[in-house]
Amino acid sequence: MLRLLAVDLRCAIGHGRHTMADTAPKPLSLQDMILRLHAYWSDKGCLVLQPYDMRVGAGTFHPATTLRSLGPEPWNAAYVQPSRRPTDGRYGENPNRLQHYYQYQVIMKPSPADMQDLYLDSLRAIGVDPLQHDIRFVEDDWESPTLGAWGLGWEVWCDGMEVTQFTYFQQMGGFDCKPVAGELTYGLERLAMYIQGVDNVYDLAYNSHGVTYGQVFLENERQMSKWNFEIANTDALFDLFNKAVAECRNCLDAKLPIPAYEQAIEASHVFNLLQARGVISVQERASYMGKVRDLARGSCEAYMAKYQDEWAQKFPGWSA
Amino acid sequence: MTADFLLELRSEEIPARMQAGARADLEKLFVKELTAAGLTPGAITVWSTPRRLALIARDLPLGTQAVSEEVKGPRASAPPQALEGFLRKTGLTREQLTERDGVLFAITEKPGRATKDVLAQAIPAIVRAFPWPKSQRWGAASFSPESLRWVRPLSGIIAILGDEAIDLEVGGIRSGTVTRGHRFHHSGDITITGAADYAARLRDAYVIVDHAEREALVRDGARAAAQAAGLVLVDDEGLVVENAGLTEWPQPLLGRFDEAFLDVPPEVIQLTARVNQKYFICRDAAGKLANAFVCTANIAATDGGAAIVAGNRKVLAARLSDARFFWEQDKKVPLARQAEKLARITFHEKLGSVADKVARVADLAEWLAREGVVPGADPALARQAAQLCKADLVTDMVGEFPELQGLMGGYYARAEGLGDAVADAIRDHYKPVGQGDDVPTAPVSVCVALADKLDTLRSFFAIDEKPTGSKDPFALRRAALGIIRLITENHLRFAVAEGDLLGFFADRLKVQQREAGVRHDLIDAVLALGGESDLVRLLARVSALQAFVGTEDGVNLLAGYKRAANILKKEAAATAGAQGEGVVPPTGEEDPLVLVDDPLFKDVAAEFAHGEAALSYTPEPAEAALMAALAQAEPQVDEAVAQEAFTTAMAALASLRAPIDAFFDDVTVNDADAEKRAHRLALLDQFRAAVHKVADFSRIEG
Repeated sequence: MLRLLAVDLRCAIGHGRHTMADTAPKPLSLQDMILRLHAYWSDKGCLVLQPYDMRVGAGTFHPATTLRSLGPEPWNAAYVQPSRRPTDGRYGENPNRLQHYYQYQVIMKPSPADMQDLYLDSLRAIGVDPLQHDIRFVEDDWESPTLGAWGLGWEVWCDGMEVTQFTYFQQMGGFDCKPVAGELTYGLERLAMYIQGVDNVYDLAYNSHGVTYGQVFLENERQMSKWNFEIANTDALFDLFNKAVAECRNCLDAKLPIPAYEQAIEASHVFNLLQARGVISVQERASYMGKVRDLARGSCEAYMAKYQDEWAQKFPGWSA
Repeated sequence: MTADFLLELRSEEIPARMQAGARADLEKLFVKELTAAGLTPGAITVWSTPRRLALIARDLPLGTQAVSEEVKGPRASAPPQALEGFLRKTGLTREQLTERDGVLFAITEKPGRATKDVLAQAIPAIVRAFPWPKSQRWGAASFSPESLRWVRPLSGIIAILGDEAIDLEVGGIRSGTVTRGHRFHHSGDITITGAADYAARLRDAYVIVDHAEREALVRDGARAAAQAAGLVLVDDEGLVVENAGLTEWPQPLLGRFDEAFLDVPPEVIQLTARVNQKYFICRDAAGKLANAFVCTANIAATDGGAAIVAGNRKVLAARLSDARFFWEQDKKVPLARQAEKLARITFHEKLGSVADKVARVADLAEWLAREGVVPGADPALARQAAQLCKADLVTDMVGEFPELQGLMGGYYARAEGLGDAVADAIRDHYKPVGQGDDVPTAPVSVCVALADKLDTLRSFFAIDEKPTGSKDPFALRRAALGIIRLITENHLRFAVAEGDLLGFFADRLKVQQREAGVRHDLIDAVLALGGESDLVRLLARVSALQAFVGTEDGVNLLAGYKRAANILKKEAAATAGAQGEGVVPPTGEEDPLVLVDDPLFKDVAAEFAHGEAALSYTPEPAEAALMAALAQAEPQVDEAVAQEAFTTAMAALASLRAPIDAFFDDVTVNDADAEKRAHRLALLDQFRAAVHKVADFSRIEG
């Protein structure tokens, strides 16, 4: 793996001359990029929310996206979501892969007619010039069997690199989205690496005062990779999984969809950890995924059940 | 008066792969709607870009013809009930009917319609009925589940007939004359006056609306970029179309990647570049993969594309780093050790793990070599190659690029020093995959490729997982076709299957041979002899037969055969009938021959046939000639068939043609004399039996 890193650095020295780092006056640091995105989307009427305080695999899992994309009420929100994918851990040795990274998530319901333009302006706001960089919308349909959700959209390419997922949600939790929400998921590290002309994620400027991403996160990646892959007590994890399943059902019985959904998220992440530990066989995998899916769908169903009468009253003509 | 019609349906980015189908569907639906209204458009042109579908219909009449529809009713003198019935049917009154020559007619004048009115109705209908492979709802309108669906949000419609805008509305989108140009090279609205200036106005706004022109730009531009770098582009029409479908202003740009990546197998580089990044690749003058790629940008960048190339190079470098990492990691583990992990992968719940399958394949591959089914194959190498052939499934590289299965196994085998015979066999064991794919010919490769597919078929047939109708989840038809090609193209001699599975092969063989121009009825004629499981012999026989039935001798012999068979069949029916009660009624499944083998003349026939019974009468000359001809031909046919010299066998049969013709011309089979009749029937039976040594001619059509 070290050799791989070395080769990549060599590429950077050989060919790295035409990056934005040289053409833009001063590329944004990761945190400035986030601040610009916050300012931009705030200006467009989005609530700027904080990350959900649970371990999730993607920004989509935040209830501000999953649960709020259900029902007729308008909803516009933007937030950073730390995302964990235990199996993507590389002990800090891969310049592009992390088990913990950040997604910038925007959810707009109903999807505005000019959502593509809004998105492109957000890229301009963080210093991407679409007359110098090739921005493309490349077909990419999204499906999450776990959430009983799917949508159509694109992966947005910047000079051949996927920087954002753009999705029009069609179903969530097995329910038709009425109305449809538009979702943007920016890969913050990738985008920052691109904007800063950096080949190794750990070389990213976190702020503009000399602190790098590596200084903040490299040790975290090393230790967490070790724990995810080698140390985590699998008996305890199985136990946690079962407890989350039981607690989710407990919440569903009490008609409390939000805490139920939290337990579904918990079960989903514990399942991912078990996968990283390699203790779930191919055959068992489908059954575990089925359990998580039932919890997530059950939570969405409970959420709909709780609010649909109120919504139908408030929004004449609407029905679940 | 006619006018040209322009339609533009502008949307957010349409997936590249759907554009060709969408163009065809748009044209089809448009023609259908207009034809239904009685309008015949002239030439129709359909264009697509990622952001629009456009249609231009030339020379549309400005209105439909007025038509007068006439329905004939009762005579004016008919009883009132008849008139009442007719009035009810037509919804008219007596006064509205027209009388002609004493008969009443209902005449409805259908006035012509203005074409613009037809279009104002047709376009929304087309949009609503559009058969996108996948479509979505969007925006505030999606509050209702009935809202308009389109492949991606539909944002604008232009409909102009001549120079007149047609006002229509669908899904809340009102038509107009305004469109948008390139996403980044142009801002603001573009007003179109009609079909004539549409493409030119868009071109001014950096949109080449004609997909074929964009495809040519990508194709030629990519070639030119490679040439300018002293390289040769690897043509890829799929990539041309895809890149043209992703751009409105395509700009092919050449970039370089680090030469060090060329250590990675070229197929991996090509696949990464093509599938993940949609890049073309290039070769150097010597034909070797070069460290260059051609990407297609959608802008003429302010810096000439330097930043775009740099960005794309970085993305490719990251992907190639991954690929090389997989390559290096995988090479550290010998295939034999990788193969151990196959025990953890289920092949099929009733068929065990992939390791179980591999063990079966290894036994079979070794057997094919040891028994000499595949001449020249070393049994030990066949076993070794088979044992390793699936090991690459657990490598990182194949995990990332499943398309490279087999190929990577071959590379890894060579990298760990295994010989070419084994490495090639691993590499090629999935072959042939499709119709155009090569068939392995190296003996060890043939053993493994054949064993893998045979095992798949035998295993799934054993658990009764056979293809039904269009359902073939385990691709058994493809496996059977692969086996057929491996056997026939390598002339392998063995019994490929029996029972159900042989029937399955026979069906596949007929399908496959039909494409090669071989008549399926001739295959049936040979298969009807029963149990032929040696496909090479079967096809040799069919091929000789096809050549033979194409000759005059063949045609006449077939006619003679059919005549003989008919007489025998009639005779059989008559004998069965004569036996009356106590006879098991025929079920329809009897072989006519069985019926002919009736005791009434069976014994006689047998004796005659074997020359054991002396005839008590002097055979007529034609009868004697046929006897002599049969006596001569039969051993010849037997010998030729035994030697598989089927053309010789046919020639021997051909010698019967003149005698059988003469026999039918000169001799009465149904003679009143029972002995004569029996002898002649026996003679015909003998003739038929001789022919059946080659094929069941009753299955031959015509």
